[in-house]
Amino acid sequence: MLFQLHEPGETPAPHESERGHAVGIDLGTTNSVVAVSRDGETEVLRDAEGKGLIPSVVYYADDGAVTVGQDARRMLLEQPDHVVSSIKRLMGRGVEDLKTLAGTLPFKLDVAADGGMVRLAVAGRTLTPVEVSADILRALRARAEKAQGKAVDRAVVTVPAYFDDGARLATKDAARLAGLEVLRLVNEPTAAALAYGLDNSSEGLYAVFDLGGGTFDVSILRMEKGVFQVKATGGDAALGGDDIDHAIAEHFLAERAVEHGEVSITEGEAKQALAAARVAKECLSHSETGTWVIEVDGIPSRHSLTRARLEEMAAPWVDRTAAICHAVIEDAGIDVSEIQGVVLVGGSTRMPLVRRKVTEIFGREPLSNINPDEVVAVGAALQAEALTAGSDTLLLDVTPLSLGIETMGNIVEKVIPRNTPIPVAMAQEFTTYQDGQTAMSIHVVQGEREMVDQNRSLARFVLRGIPNMAAGAARIRVTFTVDADGLLTVTASEATTGVEQQVAVKPSYGLTDDEMATMLRDSLVHAKDDMTNRLFAETVVEARRSVLAVQAALKVDSDLLSDDERKDIDGAMAQVDRMIASNDRDSVTAAMESLEAATKVFAERRMDRGIRAALAGMTVEKLDDALGGD
Amino acid sequence: MNVSAVAAVIPCWSCKGPVATRALFCSVCGAVQGPGTIDHYTRLGMAATFDIDLDVLQRQYFGFQRRLHPDRFAAKSAKEKALSQSQATALNEAYETLKDPLKRAAYLLKLWGHPVDLTACGTINDRELLMEQMEKREALSEATTPEQVAKLAMENESEVIACQCHISAAFNAGNLEEAGHLAIRLKYLVKLADEARSKKTRVTRLP
Ligand SMILES: Nc1ncnc2c1ncn2[C@@H]1O[C@H](COP(=O)(O)OP(=O)(O)O)[C@@H](O)[C@H]1O
Ligand SMILES: [Mg+2]
Repeated sequence: MLFQLHEPGETPAPHESERGHAVGIDLGTTNSVVAVSRDGETEVLRDAEGKGLIPSVVYYADDGAVTVGQDARRMLLEQPDHVVSSIKRLMGRGVEDLKTLAGTLPFKLDVAADGGMVRLAVAGRTLTPVEVSADILRALRARAEKAQGKAVDRAVVTVPAYFDDGARLATKDAARLAGLEVLRLVNEPTAAALAYGLDNSSEGLYAVFDLGGGTFDVSILRMEKGVFQVKATGGDAALGGDDIDHAIAEHFLAERAVEHGEVSITEGEAKQALAAARVAKECLSHSETGTWVIEVDGIPSRHSLTRARLEEMAAPWVDRTAAICHAVIEDAGIDVSEIQGVVLVGGSTRMPLVRRKVTEIFGREPLSNINPDEVVAVGAALQAEALTAGSDTLLLDVTPLSLGIETMGNIVEKVIPRNTPIPVAMAQEFTTYQDGQTAMSIHVVQGEREMVDQNRSLARFVLRGIPNMAAGAARIRVTFTVDADGLLTVTASEATTGVEQQVAVKPSYGLTDDEMATMLRDSLVHAKDDMTNRLFAETVVEARRSVLAVQAALKVDSDLLSDDERKDIDGAMAQVDRMIASNDRDSVTAAMESLEAATKVFAERRMDRGIRAALAGMTVEKLDDALGGD
Repeated sequence: MNVSAVAAVIPCWSCKGPVATRALFCSVCGAVQGPGTIDHYTRLGMAATFDIDLDVLQRQYFGFQRRLHPDRFAAKSAKEKALSQSQATALNEAYETLKDPLKRAAYLLKLWGHPVDLTACGTINDRELLMEQMEKREALSEATTPEQVAKLAMENESEVIACQCHISAAFNAGNLEEAGHLAIRLKYLVKLADEARSKKTRVTRLP
């Protein structure tokens, strides 16, 4: 290919100078926020009215137009079946999971979908949670691009610390669909701690208590001189203000039923009742009492509520956060009195009941000099800058949930316990239980319970090619690796014979590669373009690295080369540079191969020189030792 | 025989020139190297002894992570990202092992060719230890008030400390046999401490 044509609407890979700063994104259940950091100065990107929060609500119009945010939320009452909210609750969820969530979801599910990932029926379309999240991320990306006047294609995206592997992967997929490279997934409480800690130069043990609309997280961290070390984390990926809204809405509807009789209500009426409940709840954070109106069948009814009554209804959920906090303090192996401060995050921490509970749990007043709505995005923005521009701070996080595999009798054998620092790799050996068994099915689960069915199923795969042996003789080593994003990879091998099998684990509820490709193709980011750009960018990074490496080597060892040899190498390097400019991946790869060939002899001579120098540096005695000990 | 292994020099994966086997970065091209197979003490730059200063250990760990953690390689090539992940993984494993007295004792015993199996949940062979643990367990299960649990936990805690001192003495005297026995004892004391801690939270939170 000599030159590349860009069709209208397709964007070529941006040049470094046109590239906007990487952003930090808090993709919340209820609200999302995008922020950017330049030289340690963070800025939350706001709309014309100065609002940083974008409601995580998407409106799908009949003509295919997509609206995100406040405007979409307004459509909630008019066209409820065209609006999706709280989609985060479904990230990484399978159809089976919904049984436990049923009744609490403001969605209409696509009934045709059986097994695998959940699908929603919205405005005559079928959508996955990944696609809906991608629509929210696109809106955030657009806001960032408008603010910077440049293309933005990299982000740090936050996830609840308690998100499992499937939900993390779904979040990463959503970002990719929105044309964003995820530099890192950061846990929300960790991001909050980063923003808070850097701002207050705090040292010591801190707790972050994050109660939002749909998720609850609590983390205990040690902060010191630029190091943020998570000691333990816990939470509930389905606990938040939404639950309290439901309780209030049900209470209102029950009151109404007494007065007007039992009637079945429409989806729109239910959403309206929920909206009223939420307004009531938020209002009662600063008022003692109030009256709200809901409407069913065109007949309005008035409902009063006091803060005391609200607190009674909310108590079961708030108590659950307390139980989780106690467990996390125990996991951290500390005494509660050692905690020096509690950072509040999330809109629901505005409830006086929650603040009192936090004070009771930790035996101290929580810190209140931060904005609980924006602190997570600010932390993510700081981390985005640290990852792209460099920094000295260090985030050391942990796995929120234990990872294990199913063994005989449906029992889970833990491979990586919860709260293990990441990245981590741990292996466990298993054996066959039948003579001549040549395959073994491996079921990966995540969770704390002893029985398989009580945990989340992450993936299943089969290790084949186990040599024919007696039962119990094979030694199958299963290795779990969790990277810095908290994402798991599993590999298995048979140890006695060395039959190795790398198994790509397909998450039980994730998108398949085909689905992803189709979605990319259908999305505004053109699939082919996206993939080619990405692969090309990776190859260029690799090519630049190898040229720099050869240049560094020439600086110290160029005397090992004849003039002709030197000329060949210089030529090969120049060719790599030229091919990078040509924008064609195959040519860059070919040029790199030529460079490798041109430097082969040079590398050998350098090794010889290095070994001779190392040997000369050893005393005769040590050399004898070394040779003898071989 | 492999001469380069003797000389402790291997080719750098990036610039192909010689690099010391233990080097974290190539001195010529600056590329991060793989974690290799050094022991946990060497990895964190600590002397291989049972007695270690935990503050120093943590400082070393943070220092190495600052340079090797994947967050430092977010803009680098895929290969460098992968190597940094293995380096950070190895550092985590080393730190988690050495900061915990029980794991450290077991590791040191293994390093010195005298392994004890602490994961085996088999029966206690040592009669004296068995009796002692049974009594303590019974006392803990009978405790009903936070004060009673706290008292037992405190007694156990001082035994944990004493046991660690004895392990240290055994290592210093080169008595690995003794260190091995004590490590098994420590395992049970630590287990009891964990149980006491969760029992304490249970009884404290009861109305
Ligand atoms: N003043 C308030 N009093 C009580 N709850 C509030 C208040 N303001 C916001 N909330 C609740 O906070 C939740 C949203 O919090 P947020 O942190 O934005 O959530 P998320 O992180 O899940 O997107 C909603 O349930 C909302 O009702
Ligand atoms: Mg949040």
